[in-house]
Amino acid sequence: MTTETDAPREAAQGSTPLPLPGTRGVPRVDQDAPAQTKKDFTSDQEVRWCPGCGDYAVLAAVQGFLPDLGLRRENIVFISGIGCSSRFPYYLDTYGMHSIHGRAPAIATGLATSREDLSVWVITGDGDALSIGGNHLIHAMRRNVNLTILLFNNKIYGLTKGQYSPTSDVGSVTKSTPVGSVDRPFNPVSLALGAEATFVARTMDSDRAHLTTVLKAAAEHRGTSLVEIYQNCPIFNDGAFQLLKDRDEKRARVLHLSDGEPVRSGAEHVVVRREDGTLAVAIESEVDPASILVHDTGADDPSAAFALSRLDDGSMAHLPMGIFRAVSRPTYDDQVRAQVEGARSTAGGPASEDDLAALLRGGDTWTVG
Amino acid sequence: MSSKPLQRLDRVVIRFAGDSGDGMQLTGDRFTSETAALGNDLSTLPNFPAEIRAPAGTLPGVSSFQLHFADHAVLTPGDRPDVLVAMNPAALKANLPDLPRGSTIIVNTDEFSKRNLAKVGYDASPVADGSLESWHVHEIALTSITVEALAEFGLTRKEKERAKNMLALGLLSWMYSRPLEGTEAFLRAKFAKAPEILEANLTALRAGYNYGETTEDFAVRFEVAPATMPPGTYRTITGNAAMALGLVTAAQRAGLPMVLGSYPITPASDILHTLSGMKRYDVTTLQAEDEIGAVGMALGASFGGALGVTSTSGPGLALKAETIGLGVSTELPLVILDIQRGGPSTGLPTKTEQSDLLQAIHGRNGESPVAVVAPQSPSDCFDIALEAVRIATTYRTPVIVLSDGYLANGSEPWRVPSLKDLPELDVDFATGPNDTDDDGAPVFHPFLRDPQTLARPWAVPGTAGLEHRIGGIEKADVTGHISYDPDNHDRMTRLRQGKIDGIADTIPDLQVEDPSGEARVLVLGWGSTYGPIAAATRLVRAAGTPVAQAHLRHLNPFPRNLGEVLRAYDHVVVPEMNLGQLALLLRGTYLVDVQSHTAVRGLPFPAADLAEVLHTAVAQTLEGVPS
Ligand SMILES: Cc1ncc(C[n+]2csc(CCOP(=O)(O)OP(=O)(O)O)c2C)c(N)n1
Ligand code: SF4
Ligand SMILES: [Mg+2]
Repeated sequence: MTTETDAPREAAQGSTPLPLPGTRGVPRVDQDAPAQTKKDFTSDQEVRWCPGCGDYAVLAAVQGFLPDLGLRRENIVFISGIGCSSRFPYYLDTYGMHSIHGRAPAIATGLATSREDLSVWVITGDGDALSIGGNHLIHAMRRNVNLTILLFNNKIYGLTKGQYSPTSDVGSVTKSTPVGSVDRPFNPVSLALGAEATFVARTMDSDRAHLTTVLKAAAEHRGTSLVEIYQNCPIFNDGAFQLLKDRDEKRARVLHLSDGEPVRSGAEHVVVRREDGTLAVAIESEVDPASILVHDTGADDPSAAFALSRLDDGSMAHLPMGIFRAVSRPTYDDQVRAQVEGARSTAGGPASEDDLAALLRGGDTWTVG
Repeated sequence: MSSKPLQRLDRVVIRFAGDSGDGMQLTGDRFTSETAALGNDLSTLPNFPAEIRAPAGTLPGVSSFQLHFADHAVLTPGDRPDVLVAMNPAALKANLPDLPRGSTIIVNTDEFSKRNLAKVGYDASPVADGSLESWHVHEIALTSITVEALAEFGLTRKEKERAKNMLALGLLSWMYSRPLEGTEAFLRAKFAKAPEILEANLTALRAGYNYGETTEDFAVRFEVAPATMPPGTYRTITGNAAMALGLVTAAQRAGLPMVLGSYPITPASDILHTLSGMKRYDVTTLQAEDEIGAVGMALGASFGGALGVTSTSGPGLALKAETIGLGVSTELPLVILDIQRGGPSTGLPTKTEQSDLLQAIHGRNGESPVAVVAPQSPSDCFDIALEAVRIATTYRTPVIVLSDGYLANGSEPWRVPSLKDLPELDVDFATGPNDTDDDGAPVFHPFLRDPQTLARPWAVPGTAGLEHRIGGIEKADVTGHISYDPDNHDRMTRLRQGKIDGIADTIPDLQVEDPSGEARVLVLGWGSTYGPIAAATRLVRAAGTPVAQAHLRHLNPFPRNLGEVLRAYDHVVVPEMNLGQLALLLRGTYLVDVQSHTAVRGLPFPAADLAEVLHTAVAQTLEGVPS
């Protein structure tokens, strides 16, 4: 396997060489090879989502963006759980595993830890990630395994035909909650921040440009990147994000998160830090400009990112979108590999037959005959 | 040289028993090492409570370690001790029922206070009231002798008392003529950073030895000659240690990095501990968030071309079931170690049982066959690990290894194999296309099988041109694409089953041992009951009664000749530490009846009890009593 790590290269589209620490160690396409295209990443399998499903847009964005990474196709692996969204890997011509419900982060952890030369992606749904797979998800984030996790949040169980999910709003009337659900939903971004995630972002199926920017940043991040993607399910939860699809509504409601920039909507709202330290949304013309929050994705302390995630009470009146947090921390897989490598190099390289024989003998032997 | 007369014995069973905090496991381990160094054959049985520190001096807090050593081949840790060391009244009370009359008891009289006696319901001291008349009792103030021996030391009384297990060890070492050097070296290493504690322990050890030499209480000393064993280099080994070494050896010989995903659980945790110290052999250990995470990590690593292994006990195997099914469906190598314990539910965590057999073979949704193997002794765990890896990598399948608490913690001498005598393990990864499409162009088909083994190619990410997707949804034969076609599912189900059945082509026929050649009764076991069954047949044959013995190491598939073997005998006895799980499989598979003899007491079968069962079976068969 040739490994041309960190070799500078021209991005397939555009000309900025990406540093890509997230994919350090993953072999790159030869510089003189023909540029990869979306077609290279499209498998021969017929896509089988319902017409109008938000998953199509995300698939198209991912297929369109993967060439930008400049990685060898065979070194990219998509691992999914179970759900409509988890069919994703079948449609990409990379390596892939459509695993079992909720367990993709664990499977991906084993793969990513044992193979530094792979770019490992996890595809999961709100039920897959936050119900049955909640434990694996939080522990992957806590460990900071070098994975990019795309969480398709349609606030419903799609594949099982429309039961409420852990992100469904209170009062959701679904097949299993005919008089309305009573349990409060998770906010996936808050959950991820609480679970020590080092990269947390939120984006949306229908905003291709934003989706692509966030995916790029997520791939560049070394460690676990959790990207919540709002995804419309026209069959069982149509219009869950309708407010964000109307241009004027979106302008008024979405708070843009951009590193080093004040947090503001496209209209008149800004986020301010009040005297007591809490965050609030206010009309820009009515506040002291010095109180406007300047977003810092790299802040060591996740409190501000968490406070931002709590500005939305579920009504989407003020909804932060973009990268909440991106901090550099040692990754689990790098450190685990370093321990194994360290043990091997301290002992003078890979174990020989003699070393193995010595291991079998142990410390305390006696001889017969 | 000792001044006392030396008496030669051919075998001895000693049980050290005390409070969980008395260090009985360590004492037993050290006596085992001394005994191994002398060349006796041996077998051990640690037995301890699930609680880390049950209330001191109570019956549930009793921890014991039994050791059987002899000048001939030893098969079990021994049914009943010849010597009991009882560090307190609870240890005496808990173990007395196992002691044959006439055997020896050493009691630590310091602990026989009114209060301690009352704790276990003794009104009067059994040492004083004559109720132990039928035993040889040595009353020794082990604690005060220890404290006295350490008078010069600047330690607290509590610290001094703690060395009383070394005093007991020194005394027993004198009694059975064991050398102390090994234990001294062990203590020096263990307490390298605490010189005063080290000196105290060494002093107590020697004081115990000298006590034996000087006290009138012990008139004779014993010795047990070395057993004749095949020439070679030996060490003692527990089942869990042998399992870890077997896995590392297999991975190294197969040229694969090994990834263990595991979640701590008794009695399997020591495998995680041991392997976590073997990074130098390209072993990665991942302590997962739970058992499902652990097996997921192992399967993910296998997908990437490593040897994925997961270790657990029964409750953990239950949690792993769905992921093992994914391994069956994706046809990836995966080794699952189930170190069985008493069940159901939490059951008896520190006690042994064989009740996960049906869970291993059938405990998944759908037609989900996996290979199942079981070691028959602590050292056999090494060989069974190699066999599990061979099957997993050759057939691209999950393999479940059924060890148990008895094998895991029990130890015996092991002739360290020479690497060149071990079976070769070759693993081939797919490197290029394996088929052509309709137009004759080369293509890769992830489910195109090897005609011999029916195994599919192991094509790992990073291999250019072989990009493919696998998953738990039914796959079309050959191409591996999603398929809901009824005929295809029927074919794939049979192919997966056929692949596992075909493993039988590569496993040895079941060997039957019947020295007389006249046996009409066969005793058939599997897993850790080998020792007790073999010891029982030895007793039965010694009484002139012919009986045949066979033992299964492969539970799925069975050896090809098993049906034939069963039919060759008038009567088959199947002892199991469950309620008859193998018996059910045998009856269902071969339509042969067997006598299922079962016990689930958390302890191995006493050989004498099994011998009784076999005697009766043989007698009834000869009389023609219908079985
Ligand atoms: C162990 C197990 N339990 C339940 C299911 C059934 N199931 C499949 S997908 C799913 C929920 C999927 O919801 P989500 O993760 O939100 O994905 P979506 O279909 O909405 O994309 C459920 C309950 C299953 N496949 N496996
Ligand atoms: S059910 Fe909903 S989420 Fe699933 S494919 Fe159809 S539209 Fe998409
Ligand atoms: Mg969903």
